[in-house]
Amino acid sequence: MDIGFTLVAQAIAFFVLIVFTMKFVWPPLLNAIETRQKEIADGLAAGEKGRAELEQSSKRAAEALAEAKQKASEILSLAEKRATQIVEDAKGTAKAEGDRIITGAKAEIEQEINRAKEGLRQQVSTLAIAGAEKILRKEIDAKAHAEILTAIAQEL
Amino acid sequence: MATEHALTPSGYISHHLSFNTQAIGEGSFWTIHVDTLVMSVLLGVIAMGLIWWVVRGATAGVPTKRQAFIELLFGFVDDQVKNIYHGNRHSFIAPAAMTVFVWVLLMNAMDFLPIDVVAKGLAAVGIEKWRSVPTSDINTTFALALTVWFLMIFFAIKAKGLGGWIHELFCSPFGTNPLIWPANFLFNLIEYVSKPLSHSLRLFGNMYAGEVIFLLLGLWAATGVTGTIAGAILGAGWSIFHILIVALQAFIFMMLTVVYLAMAHESH
Repeated sequence: MDIGFTLVAQAIAFFVLIVFTMKFVWPPLLNAIETRQKEIADGLAAGEKGRAELEQSSKRAAEALAEAKQKASEILSLAEKRATQIVEDAKGTAKAEGDRIITGAKAEIEQEINRAKEGLRQQVSTLAIAGAEKILRKEIDAKAHAEILTAIAQEL
Repeated sequence: MATEHALTPSGYISHHLSFNTQAIGEGSFWTIHVDTLVMSVLLGVIAMGLIWWVVRGATAGVPTKRQAFIELLFGFVDDQVKNIYHGNRHSFIAPAAMTVFVWVLLMNAMDFLPIDVVAKGLAAVGIEKWRSVPTSDINTTFALALTVWFLMIFFAIKAKGLGGWIHELFCSPFGTNPLIWPANFLFNLIEYVSKPLSHSLRLFGNMYAGEVIFLLLGLWAATGVTGTIAGAILGAGWSIFHILIVALQAFIFMMLTVVYLAMAHESH
Protein backbone atom coordinates (compact mmCIF):
# COMPACT_ATOMS: atom_id res chain seq x y z
CA MET A 1 0.00 0.00 0.00
CA ASP A 2 2.06 2.87 -1.21
CA ILE A 3 -0.10 5.91 -0.98
CA GLY A 4 1.53 8.82 -2.70
CA PHE A 5 1.01 11.89 -4.75
CA THR A 6 -0.92 9.78 -7.23
CA LEU A 7 -3.83 10.10 -4.86
CA VAL A 8 -3.81 13.87 -5.12
CA ALA A 9 -3.46 13.75 -8.87
CA GLN A 10 -6.30 11.26 -9.19
CA ALA A 11 -8.51 13.35 -6.94
CA ILE A 12 -7.84 16.40 -9.10
CA ALA A 13 -8.56 14.40 -12.25
CA PHE A 14 -11.75 13.11 -10.71
CA PHE A 15 -12.88 16.57 -9.72
CA VAL A 16 -12.10 17.96 -13.14
CA LEU A 17 -14.08 15.16 -14.76
CA ILE A 18 -17.04 15.80 -12.51
CA VAL A 19 -16.99 19.50 -13.27
CA PHE A 20 -16.68 18.77 -16.98
CA THR A 21 -19.66 16.44 -16.87
CA MET A 22 -21.61 18.89 -14.77
CA LYS A 23 -20.96 21.80 -17.13
CA PHE A 24 -20.84 20.31 -20.60
CA VAL A 25 -22.42 16.87 -20.62
CA TRP A 26 -25.34 16.79 -18.26
CA PRO A 27 -27.22 20.04 -19.03
CA PRO A 28 -27.53 19.64 -22.83
CA LEU A 29 -28.49 16.00 -22.44
CA LEU A 30 -31.06 16.85 -19.81
CA ASN A 31 -32.35 19.66 -21.97
CA ALA A 32 -32.68 17.46 -25.05
CA ILE A 33 -34.44 14.71 -23.15
CA GLU A 34 -36.80 17.01 -21.33
CA THR A 35 -37.65 18.89 -24.51
CA ARG A 36 -38.40 15.63 -26.25
CA GLN A 37 -40.47 14.42 -23.33
CA LYS A 38 -42.46 17.63 -23.46
CA GLU A 39 -42.90 17.34 -27.21
CA ILE A 40 -44.11 13.79 -26.91
CA ALA A 41 -46.49 14.75 -24.14
CA ASP A 42 -47.79 17.65 -26.23
CA GLY A 43 -48.15 15.40 -29.26
CA LEU A 44 -50.08 12.85 -27.27
CA ALA A 45 -52.31 15.56 -25.85
CA ALA A 46 -52.91 16.97 -29.34
CA GLY A 47 -53.72 13.49 -30.62
CA GLU A 48 -56.13 12.98 -27.79
CA LYS A 49 -57.74 16.33 -28.52
CA GLY A 50 -57.99 15.53 -32.21
CA ARG A 51 -59.62 12.24 -31.44
CA ALA A 52 -62.14 13.88 -29.15
CA GLU A 53 -62.86 16.48 -31.80
CA LEU A 54 -63.29 13.81 -34.42
CA GLU A 55 -65.68 11.96 -32.17
CA GLN A 56 -67.64 15.10 -31.51
CA SER A 57 -67.83 16.11 -35.13
CA SER A 58 -68.87 12.64 -36.21
CA LYS A 59 -71.56 12.80 -33.59
CA ARG A 60 -72.61 16.17 -34.97
CA ALA A 61 -72.61 14.76 -38.48
CA ALA A 62 -74.78 11.86 -37.38
CA GLU A 63 -77.13 14.31 -35.73
CA ALA A 64 -77.33 16.45 -38.84
CA LEU A 65 -77.94 13.37 -40.93
CA ALA A 66 -80.72 12.21 -38.66
CA GLU A 67 -82.26 15.66 -38.73
CA ALA A 68 -82.07 15.79 -42.51
CA LYS A 69 -83.65 12.37 -42.75
CA GLN A 70 -86.45 13.41 -40.48
CA LYS A 71 -87.02 16.58 -42.44
CA ALA A 72 -87.02 14.65 -45.69
CA SER A 73 -89.58 12.21 -44.37
CA GLU A 74 -91.63 15.11 -43.10
CA ILE A 75 -91.49 16.75 -46.50
CA LEU A 76 -92.35 13.46 -48.13
CA SER A 77 -95.36 12.91 -45.93
CA LEU A 78 -96.46 16.49 -46.45
CA ALA A 79 -96.15 16.04 -50.18
CA GLU A 80 -98.14 12.85 -50.01
CA LYS A 81 -100.80 14.57 -48.01
CA ARG A 82 -100.83 17.43 -50.45
CA ALA A 83 -101.08 15.03 -53.36
CA THR A 84 -104.03 13.25 -51.82
CA GLN A 85 -105.58 16.58 -51.11
CA ILE A 86 -105.09 17.71 -54.68
CA VAL A 87 -106.58 14.48 -55.92
CA GLU A 88 -109.46 14.88 -53.50
CA ASP A 89 -109.92 18.48 -54.60
CA ALA A 90 -109.82 17.47 -58.22
CA LYS A 91 -112.33 14.76 -57.53
CA GLY A 92 -114.59 17.24 -55.76
CA THR A 93 -114.26 19.79 -58.54
CA ALA A 94 -114.92 17.17 -61.16
CA LYS A 95 -117.95 15.94 -59.30
CA ALA A 96 -119.25 19.47 -58.87
CA GLU A 97 -118.60 20.16 -62.52
CA GLY A 98 -120.34 16.95 -63.48
CA ASP A 99 -123.22 17.81 -61.22
CA ARG A 100 -123.35 21.24 -62.68
CA ILE A 101 -123.34 19.86 -66.21
CA ILE A 102 -125.98 17.32 -65.26
CA THR A 103 -128.11 20.00 -63.63
CA GLY A 104 -127.69 22.22 -66.65
CA ALA A 105 -128.61 19.36 -68.92
CA LYS A 106 -131.57 18.49 -66.74
CA ALA A 107 -132.71 22.13 -66.76
CA GLU A 108 -132.32 22.25 -70.50
CA ILE A 109 -134.23 19.03 -70.82
CA GLU A 110 -136.91 20.47 -68.53
CA GLN A 111 -137.02 23.56 -70.65
CA GLU A 112 -137.25 21.51 -73.79
CA ILE A 113 -139.98 19.48 -72.20
CA ASN A 114 -141.77 22.63 -71.13
CA ARG A 115 -141.33 24.12 -74.51
CA ALA A 116 -142.61 20.97 -76.14
CA LYS A 117 -145.45 20.92 -73.66
CA GLU A 118 -146.20 24.56 -74.45
CA GLY A 119 -146.05 23.83 -78.12
CA LEU A 120 -148.24 20.83 -77.65
CA ARG A 121 -150.65 22.83 -75.54
CA GLN A 122 -150.75 25.52 -78.09
CA GLN A 123 -151.40 23.04 -80.80
CA VAL A 124 -153.93 21.18 -78.69
CA SER A 125 -155.65 24.44 -77.84
CA THR A 126 -155.56 25.48 -81.44
CA LEU A 127 -156.91 22.08 -82.42
CA ALA A 128 -159.48 22.31 -79.68
CA ILE A 129 -160.47 25.75 -80.78
CA ALA A 130 -160.52 24.64 -84.33
CA GLY A 131 -162.60 21.64 -83.33
CA ALA A 132 -164.84 23.75 -81.20
CA GLU A 133 -165.08 26.31 -83.96
CA LYS A 134 -166.10 23.66 -86.35
CA ILE A 135 -168.63 22.29 -83.91
CA LEU A 136 -169.86 25.64 -82.79
CA ARG A 137 -169.58 27.56 -86.05
CA LYS A 138 -173.16 27.43 -86.52
CA GLU A 139 -174.30 28.44 -83.12
CA ILE A 140 -171.49 30.30 -81.41
CA ASP A 141 -170.38 33.70 -82.19
CA ALA A 142 -166.70 33.80 -82.07
CA LYS A 143 -166.71 37.30 -80.92
CA ALA A 144 -169.15 36.72 -78.11
CA HIS A 145 -167.37 33.73 -76.72
CA ALA A 146 -163.79 34.78 -77.32
CA GLU A 147 -163.36 35.41 -73.63
CA ILE A 148 -164.44 31.97 -72.67
CA LEU A 149 -162.29 30.45 -75.38
CA THR A 150 -159.24 32.30 -74.23
CA ALA A 151 -159.83 31.14 -70.66
CA ILE A 152 -160.12 27.59 -71.84
CA ALA A 153 -156.93 27.90 -73.85
CA GLN A 154 -155.22 29.29 -70.76
CA GLU A 155 -156.32 26.41 -68.63
CA LEU A 156 -154.95 23.85 -70.99
CA MET B 1 12.28 -8.25 -19.04
CA ALA B 2 9.16 -10.20 -18.26
CA THR B 3 10.78 -13.43 -19.30
CA GLU B 4 13.43 -13.13 -16.61
CA HIS B 5 10.79 -12.80 -13.91
CA ALA B 6 8.51 -15.42 -15.36
CA LEU B 7 10.96 -18.09 -14.25
CA THR B 8 9.86 -17.80 -10.63
CA PRO B 9 6.22 -17.48 -9.57
CA SER B 10 6.91 -14.77 -7.02
CA GLY B 11 8.94 -12.85 -9.58
CA TYR B 12 6.11 -13.11 -12.10
CA ILE B 13 3.52 -11.86 -9.65
CA SER B 14 5.62 -9.10 -8.16
CA HIS B 15 6.51 -7.94 -11.65
CA HIS B 16 2.87 -7.66 -12.61
CA LEU B 17 1.94 -6.00 -9.35
CA SER B 18 4.59 -3.32 -9.32
CA PHE B 19 3.77 0.16 -10.53
CA ASN B 20 5.59 2.24 -13.05
CA THR B 21 6.76 4.84 -10.55
CA GLN B 22 8.29 8.19 -11.10
CA ALA B 23 9.84 10.13 -8.27
CA ILE B 24 8.95 13.81 -8.26
CA GLY B 25 10.46 14.69 -4.90
CA GLU B 26 11.98 13.40 -1.69
CA GLY B 27 10.29 10.58 0.24
CA SER B 28 7.91 7.82 -0.72
CA PHE B 29 4.93 10.19 -0.89
CA TRP B 30 6.41 12.13 -3.76
CA THR B 31 6.31 9.32 -6.24
CA ILE B 32 3.61 9.06 -8.79
CA HIS B 33 2.31 5.93 -10.46
CA VAL B 34 2.63 6.81 -14.10
CA ASP B 35 0.64 3.78 -15.25
CA THR B 36 -2.28 4.52 -12.97
CA LEU B 37 -2.33 8.18 -13.87
CA VAL B 38 -1.95 7.68 -17.61
CA MET B 39 -4.57 4.95 -17.80
CA SER B 40 -7.12 6.71 -15.64
CA VAL B 41 -6.76 10.12 -17.24
CA LEU B 42 -6.76 8.56 -20.70
CA LEU B 43 -9.91 6.59 -19.92
CA GLY B 44 -11.59 9.56 -18.29
CA VAL B 45 -10.80 11.85 -21.17
CA ILE B 46 -11.83 9.27 -23.79
CA ALA B 47 -15.07 8.34 -22.01
CA MET B 48 -16.27 11.80 -21.10
CA GLY B 49 -14.95 13.18 -24.37
CA LEU B 50 -16.95 10.62 -26.33
CA ILE B 51 -20.05 11.35 -24.33
CA TRP B 52 -19.47 15.07 -24.75
CA TRP B 53 -19.00 14.62 -28.50
CA VAL B 54 -22.33 12.79 -28.73
CA VAL B 55 -24.08 15.23 -26.44
CA ARG B 56 -22.87 18.23 -28.41
CA GLY B 57 -24.92 17.02 -31.36
CA ALA B 58 -27.84 16.00 -29.16
CA THR B 59 -31.23 16.80 -30.53
CA ALA B 60 -34.62 16.86 -28.89
CA GLY B 61 -36.02 15.27 -32.03
CA VAL B 62 -35.43 11.70 -33.15
CA PRO B 63 -32.14 10.67 -31.50
CA THR B 64 -29.37 8.88 -33.31
CA LYS B 65 -28.36 5.45 -32.05
CA ARG B 66 -25.31 6.99 -30.38
CA GLN B 67 -27.45 9.54 -28.62
CA ALA B 68 -29.98 6.88 -27.65
CA PHE B 69 -27.18 4.90 -26.01
CA ILE B 70 -26.00 7.92 -24.04
CA GLU B 71 -29.58 8.69 -23.09
CA LEU B 72 -29.95 5.14 -21.85
CA LEU B 73 -26.96 5.71 -19.61
CA PHE B 74 -28.38 9.07 -18.57
CA GLY B 75 -31.73 7.52 -17.72
CA PHE B 76 -30.11 4.72 -15.76
CA VAL B 77 -28.04 7.09 -13.62
CA ASP B 78 -30.84 9.62 -13.29
CA ASP B 79 -33.31 6.98 -12.10
CA GLN B 80 -30.91 5.74 -9.44
CA VAL B 81 -30.21 9.25 -8.18
CA LYS B 82 -33.89 10.20 -8.28
CA ASN B 83 -34.76 7.37 -5.91
CA ILE B 84 -32.14 8.37 -3.38
CA TYR B 85 -31.82 12.13 -3.50
CA HIS B 86 -34.86 14.37 -3.56
CA GLY B 87 -33.26 17.77 -3.97
CA ASN B 88 -32.13 19.33 -7.23
CA ARG B 89 -30.07 16.42 -8.47
CA HIS B 90 -29.30 17.94 -11.85
CA SER B 91 -27.05 20.64 -10.46
CA PHE B 92 -24.38 18.31 -9.07
CA ILE B 93 -25.16 14.87 -7.72
CA ALA B 94 -26.48 13.25 -10.89
CA PRO B 95 -23.63 14.45 -13.12
CA ALA B 96 -21.16 13.37 -10.46
CA ALA B 97 -22.79 9.96 -10.27
CA MET B 98 -22.59 9.59 -14.02
CA THR B 99 -18.92 10.54 -14.05
CA VAL B 100 -18.13 8.09 -11.27
CA PHE B 101 -20.04 5.27 -12.91
CA VAL B 102 -18.57 5.66 -16.38
CA TRP B 103 -15.06 6.28 -15.20
CA VAL B 104 -14.91 3.48 -12.65
CA LEU B 105 -16.58 1.09 -15.07
CA LEU B 106 -13.96 1.75 -17.72
CA MET B 107 -11.06 1.62 -15.26
CA ASN B 108 -12.37 -1.69 -13.91
CA ALA B 109 -12.83 -2.96 -17.44
CA MET B 110 -9.08 -2.68 -18.03
CA ASP B 111 -8.95 -5.94 -16.08
CA PHE B 112 -10.15 -7.66 -19.26
CA LEU B 113 -6.93 -6.81 -21.06
CA PRO B 114 -4.77 -9.94 -21.14
CA ILE B 115 -2.02 -8.96 -18.71
CA ASP B 116 0.85 -10.82 -20.31
CA VAL B 117 0.03 -9.64 -23.82
CA VAL B 118 -0.03 -6.05 -22.57
CA ALA B 119 3.21 -6.61 -20.63
CA LYS B 120 4.95 -8.12 -23.65
CA GLY B 121 3.74 -5.37 -25.93
CA LEU B 122 4.90 -2.64 -23.58
CA ALA B 123 8.18 -4.41 -22.94
CA ALA B 124 8.78 -4.32 -26.67
CA VAL B 125 8.67 -0.51 -26.56
CA GLY B 126 10.85 -0.39 -23.45
CA ILE B 127 8.26 -0.09 -20.68
CA GLU B 128 9.04 -2.71 -18.10
CA LYS B 129 6.38 -2.20 -15.51
CA TRP B 130 2.80 -1.39 -16.22
CA ARG B 131 -0.43 -1.98 -14.33
CA SER B 132 -3.38 -1.37 -16.56
CA VAL B 133 -6.14 -1.35 -13.95
CA PRO B 134 -6.18 2.02 -12.17
CA THR B 135 -8.83 0.85 -9.69
CA SER B 136 -6.55 -1.88 -8.39
CA ASP B 137 -4.31 0.95 -7.22
CA ILE B 138 -5.36 2.05 -3.75
CA ASN B 139 -4.40 5.59 -4.67
CA THR B 140 -7.20 5.78 -7.23
CA THR B 141 -9.93 4.35 -5.05
CA PHE B 142 -8.84 6.45 -2.10
CA ALA B 143 -8.69 9.52 -4.28
CA LEU B 144 -12.27 8.95 -5.42
CA ALA B 145 -13.53 8.10 -1.96
CA LEU B 146 -11.78 11.08 -0.37
CA THR B 147 -13.10 13.44 -3.01
CA VAL B 148 -16.58 12.15 -2.28
CA TRP B 149 -15.83 12.48 1.43
CA PHE B 150 -14.83 16.14 1.10
CA LEU B 151 -17.83 16.81 -1.09
CA MET B 152 -19.97 15.13 1.55
CA ILE B 153 -18.66 17.41 4.27
CA PHE B 154 -18.95 20.39 1.94
CA PHE B 155 -22.58 19.65 1.19
CA ALA B 156 -23.34 18.90 4.82
CA ILE B 157 -22.01 22.32 5.81
CA LYS B 158 -23.70 23.96 2.87
CA ALA B 159 -27.05 22.39 3.72
CA LYS B 160 -26.96 22.89 7.49
CA GLY B 161 -24.47 25.65 8.02
CA LEU B 162 -21.21 25.20 9.89
CA GLY B 163 -22.95 25.49 13.24
CA GLY B 164 -25.62 23.03 12.24
CA TRP B 165 -23.02 20.56 11.08
CA ILE B 166 -21.01 20.80 14.29
CA HIS B 167 -24.22 20.60 16.29
CA GLU B 168 -25.06 17.42 14.46
CA LEU B 169 -21.63 15.99 15.14
CA PHE B 170 -22.28 16.21 18.86
CA CYS B 171 -26.04 15.88 19.15
CA SER B 172 -26.93 13.03 16.86
CA PRO B 173 -27.79 10.23 16.76
CA PHE B 174 -28.36 9.73 20.49
CA GLY B 175 -29.63 13.07 21.74
CA THR B 176 -28.75 16.60 22.77
CA ASN B 177 -27.84 15.91 26.39
CA PRO B 178 -24.26 17.21 27.02
CA LEU B 179 -23.45 13.97 28.86
CA ILE B 180 -23.73 11.94 25.68
CA TRP B 181 -21.91 14.41 23.47
CA PRO B 182 -18.72 12.32 23.54
CA ALA B 183 -20.65 9.21 22.55
CA ASN B 184 -22.29 11.07 19.69
CA PHE B 185 -19.02 12.53 18.53
CA LEU B 186 -17.28 9.16 18.68
CA PHE B 187 -20.11 7.61 16.74
CA ASN B 188 -19.95 10.28 14.06
CA LEU B 189 -16.18 10.08 13.95
CA ILE B 190 -16.31 6.35 13.31
CA GLU B 191 -18.92 6.93 10.64
CA TYR B 192 -16.86 9.60 8.94
CA VAL B 193 -13.75 7.43 9.00
CA SER B 194 -15.47 4.23 7.95
CA LYS B 195 -17.27 5.77 5.01
CA PRO B 196 -14.26 6.53 2.79
CA LEU B 197 -12.48 3.39 3.99
CA SER B 198 -15.28 1.01 3.07
CA HIS B 199 -16.03 3.01 -0.05
CA SER B 200 -12.51 2.77 -1.41
CA LEU B 201 -11.38 -0.58 -0.04
CA ARG B 202 -14.41 -2.42 -1.42
CA LEU B 203 -13.56 -1.38 -4.96
CA PHE B 204 -9.83 -1.79 -4.48
CA GLY B 205 -10.21 -5.24 -2.92
CA ASN B 206 -12.44 -6.53 -5.67
CA MET B 207 -10.26 -5.31 -8.49
CA TYR B 208 -6.99 -6.28 -6.83
CA ALA B 209 -8.28 -9.77 -6.10
CA GLY B 210 -9.48 -10.09 -9.65
CA GLU B 211 -6.08 -9.13 -10.95
CA VAL B 212 -4.31 -11.57 -8.62
CA ILE B 213 -6.54 -14.43 -9.74
CA PHE B 214 -5.72 -13.64 -13.36
CA LEU B 215 -2.05 -13.73 -12.39
CA LEU B 216 -2.44 -17.09 -10.64
CA LEU B 217 -4.18 -18.51 -13.69
CA GLY B 218 -1.34 -17.13 -15.78
CA LEU B 219 1.13 -18.89 -13.51
CA TRP B 220 -0.71 -22.14 -13.91
CA ALA B 221 -0.68 -21.71 -17.65
CA ALA B 222 3.11 -21.54 -17.50
CA THR B 223 3.41 -25.07 -16.01
CA GLY B 224 2.73 -27.04 -19.19
CA VAL B 225 0.07 -28.13 -21.65
CA THR B 226 -2.42 -29.26 -18.98
CA GLY B 227 -1.91 -26.06 -17.06
CA THR B 228 -2.30 -23.99 -20.21
CA ILE B 229 -5.61 -25.64 -21.11
CA ALA B 230 -6.92 -25.46 -17.55
CA GLY B 231 -5.66 -21.89 -17.19
CA ALA B 232 -7.28 -20.85 -20.45
CA ILE B 233 -10.62 -22.39 -19.57
CA LEU B 234 -10.61 -21.00 -16.02
CA GLY B 235 -9.29 -17.68 -17.27
CA ALA B 236 -12.19 -17.45 -19.71
CA GLY B 237 -14.61 -18.36 -16.94
CA TRP B 238 -13.12 -15.83 -14.57
CA SER B 239 -13.20 -13.15 -17.27
CA ILE B 240 -16.88 -13.79 -17.88
CA PHE B 241 -17.61 -13.70 -14.17
CA HIS B 242 -15.45 -10.62 -13.92
CA ILE B 243 -17.74 -8.76 -16.31
CA LEU B 244 -20.33 -8.94 -13.56
CA ILE B 245 -17.87 -7.81 -10.90
CA VAL B 246 -16.60 -4.92 -13.02
CA ALA B 247 -20.10 -3.60 -13.68
CA LEU B 248 -21.34 -4.35 -10.19
CA GLN B 249 -18.44 -2.65 -8.43
CA ALA B 250 -18.82 0.43 -10.64
CA PHE B 251 -22.52 0.47 -9.84
CA ILE B 252 -21.93 0.02 -6.11
CA PHE B 253 -19.33 2.76 -6.11
CA MET B 254 -21.75 5.11 -7.85
CA MET B 255 -24.60 4.21 -5.52
CA LEU B 256 -22.49 4.77 -2.42
CA THR B 257 -21.35 8.11 -3.80
CA VAL B 258 -24.95 9.14 -4.32
CA VAL B 259 -26.04 7.82 -0.94
CA TYR B 260 -23.24 9.62 0.91
CA LEU B 261 -23.89 12.88 -0.89
CA ALA B 262 -27.63 12.54 -0.33
CA MET B 263 -27.16 11.79 3.35
CA ALA B 264 -25.06 14.92 3.72
CA HIS B 265 -28.14 16.94 2.75
CA GLU B 266 -30.38 15.32 5.32
CA SER B 267 -30.56 16.64 8.83
CA HIS B 268 -31.08 14.30 11.71
